[in-house]
Amino acid sequence: MTIDLPPCGGDAGRQRGVLAGANVSSCGTLRRYPRRHRKHPMLRYATFRLLSTIPVLLIAITACFFILRLAPGGPFDQERALPPAVLANLRAYYHLDDTLIVQYLRYLGRLAQFDLGPSFTTKDFTVAQQIAIGLPYTLIVGGSAFLLAMVAGVISGVCGALYQNRWADYGIAAVVITGLVVPNFLVAPILQLIFGVKLDWLPVGGWGDGSLPYLIMPVIVLALPHIARISRLMRGSMIETLNANFIKTATAKGIGRRRTVIGHALRPALTPVVSYLGPAAGYLLTGSIVVEQIFGIPGIGRYFINAALNRDYGMVLGTVIFYMVLIVVLNLLVDLAYAWLDPKVRTR
Amino acid sequence: MTIALRSFAGALALSAIFLTGTALDSGRAEAADMVVYNGGDVTSLDPHKLSGDWEDRVAGDIYEGLMTEDPKAKPVAGQAESHEISDDGLTYTFHLREDARWSDGEPVTAEDFVYAFRRLQAPKTAAQYAYLQYPIKNAEAINTGKIEDLSQLGVRAIDDKTLEITLERPTPYFLGALTHYTAYPVPKHLIETNPDDWVQIGTIVTNGPYKPVEWVPGSHVLTAKNEEWYGVDDLQIDGVRFLSMEDNSAGFKRYRAGEIDWMTDFPKDQFAFIEENLPGQAHVVPFAGLYYYVFNTSKPPFDNADVRKALSMAVNRQVIGPQVLGTGEPPAYGWVPPGMANYPEDGARVEWADMPYGERVEEAKTLLSEAGYGPDNPLNVVLRYNTNENHKRAAVAVAAMWKPLGVNVELNNAEVKVHYADLRAGDFETARAGWLADYNDPINFLDLLKSGVEMNYGRWSNETYNKLLDQASSMQDLEERGKVLKEAEQIALDDSAALPIYYYLSENIVSPKVKGFEDNVFDKHRTRYMSLEE
Repeated sequence: MTIDLPPCGGDAGRQRGVLAGANVSSCGTLRRYPRRHRKHPMLRYATFRLLSTIPVLLIAITACFFILRLAPGGPFDQERALPPAVLANLRAYYHLDDTLIVQYLRYLGRLAQFDLGPSFTTKDFTVAQQIAIGLPYTLIVGGSAFLLAMVAGVISGVCGALYQNRWADYGIAAVVITGLVVPNFLVAPILQLIFGVKLDWLPVGGWGDGSLPYLIMPVIVLALPHIARISRLMRGSMIETLNANFIKTATAKGIGRRRTVIGHALRPALTPVVSYLGPAAGYLLTGSIVVEQIFGIPGIGRYFINAALNRDYGMVLGTVIFYMVLIVVLNLLVDLAYAWLDPKVRTR
Repeated sequence: MTIALRSFAGALALSAIFLTGTALDSGRAEAADMVVYNGGDVTSLDPHKLSGDWEDRVAGDIYEGLMTEDPKAKPVAGQAESHEISDDGLTYTFHLREDARWSDGEPVTAEDFVYAFRRLQAPKTAAQYAYLQYPIKNAEAINTGKIEDLSQLGVRAIDDKTLEITLERPTPYFLGALTHYTAYPVPKHLIETNPDDWVQIGTIVTNGPYKPVEWVPGSHVLTAKNEEWYGVDDLQIDGVRFLSMEDNSAGFKRYRAGEIDWMTDFPKDQFAFIEENLPGQAHVVPFAGLYYYVFNTSKPPFDNADVRKALSMAVNRQVIGPQVLGTGEPPAYGWVPPGMANYPEDGARVEWADMPYGERVEEAKTLLSEAGYGPDNPLNVVLRYNTNENHKRAAVAVAAMWKPLGVNVELNNAEVKVHYADLRAGDFETARAGWLADYNDPINFLDLLKSGVEMNYGRWSNETYNKLLDQASSMQDLEERGKVLKEAEQIALDDSAALPIYYYLSENIVSPKVKGFEDNVFDKHRTRYMSLEE
């Protein structure tokens, strides 16, 4: 089993493999490492991708840290100026009176222990605690919107493709494009006014007990633009796939339309949609300040912007780190999904 | 051919069933609680870490100071059932209620107050509002680090239920200052054993009519009756859900749908709609606050009092509240808002207050031309405001009013942190500012123009003015003191130290279900005086 084992041993080999992973796709490099890694190229690839974000993360944190401090105004500038002594007390309390480099190193030191530090604006909770509190709400709303966008987008896209240039196609296009071009800060109040105030079918806002009625409007508002994009992508890709030779073959063999579309055309046609899903999930799972503010959902979407406005340095950095990790993971998942969908990617 | 369409229609039908099926039980679970649109998120439940009026609404329900507010926001006995003030006005002795208890049943002792006042002033607590209790002996010295021994603070426990507070100088508004959250006690027994987490839900104990039972940042703070509070039997409302919401349009829709009982703010452009469709629900009443423009008097041409006066005279205050903003803010011709305690009812006014507007503009033109400005040499002014729709409207209107004088105005807005950082640094020509009273005394406003005060952004300085304020600070006769303060206010107005524009209004909308909500100039409405009727 260990014919190709490098001289320094298995573990070191794995480490080097990870660090030298840029050569993953080159067969020459692969051959030098234990066979069990060859069996799991995806695993190695994933590990490499995750670890390679560390330097990127570090650069982003550094840039963010210093750019934030360049912004005029500080966390304690407010309508009521504080007496100098009180301001000095506050700055000392949060170590803002140290030199910038010392503050930076202290931040990195804390970060190495997975401590995102305190928040200036919500003093009873640390940054990490706040993200942990807000995240489930964002995940529920964003995740539901993601599923809705995917299901509705794919179905409407396929419909559009099957009824290409007929009334159903135009009708679907008109509806989904409306959802895309009307901004969510307009859709949301209109829905609230109709379904909450006038008809009184749904609660206007708030989380309540987190049951479905509270979710319907925010999820729809969040999903609308993504339904439109997925639908258009799906339609185009499906039309293209339906014209491909293998579909013609399938049709010629007499396989029914239903089996052709679902069994043969759907999977290859999904590829461009999947490449859109990564960014879409990133967008939906980091929360939306507009939807959260309008519907009063305590998610994490508002943290970033509010923290930046409040010069809540720790909170801004904390959310940046969180977003980056999330987006890296999502992109990775998309790449893995690619491999599953597209045999060409898998064999490469 | 039709399968895709059929499944699409199926999905639609399914979601429609979902929608209608669940709409039926979208009932509001917390019927016994009052739901309040409370503005921003609460910073903390630790009274020493607060700074906003939205936080005061929560803290004022869960804690109680030696003194507390009545429905009209006047100071009345709170945790102290009685007090005596020495003849020189320097020593206050408070007798705590025998039945004052924390929500865990422990008695509230004088030692809790001593501990709280020391903690407030200790520099390492970094309390933003510590300066409100600077009238207490040695408070400022301790807070600024000049005295390190906390026991030097003029607060001591004579016995378990007797507290003595010594002041630096007689302070007529001190009892009012004791209603403020900086004067709330904190549970010494809990903080000493659990200094980091005592304020977390589940651990925290409070001494007010309510106690916090749930806090979801970005969503709400929920309170429930504190069964240990001495007056708990009279509480009508079981608890309050303070919503952290900053979008008042969204909040207003929830109010209309009956999901919110009281909004502490509403969209100004909806005022006419509310007056017409929800009559009597908008409570728009004078609020102890001043909206003003400040001149940077350290820079020419604003070091010239005539230029300042001309610009001030040309602002037609009668139209700003009713027409520009639409809520009818009363015009400000003086510095101290009407209705402040310890002050003559007819406060000082600018001498040209009753002059017709046309004449004022003419005189303003004359003043400017005497100062060397006119059509050939126009005055260029940069007017700054913090980004906000209402500030923008006011600034555009003022710029238009200055235009006929030949003044070219450049409007410049910045977000609030930048705005105030620049104001403090003196990096502006004219700028918007505002002040809401912390306590019921004119000195609160007059201090804004005193030399060397941080909030005196314009650096206006007048020796006589400073002397009069100092003189007043040691006066015991409140009527005489009021006269001296009024004299000082007149000096500032005659010199056009700044440009008062309007007095703030508090803007609540209150559901007819809520009883016992009384309008007052401090916009303080404690839940304990209210009830809900279905």
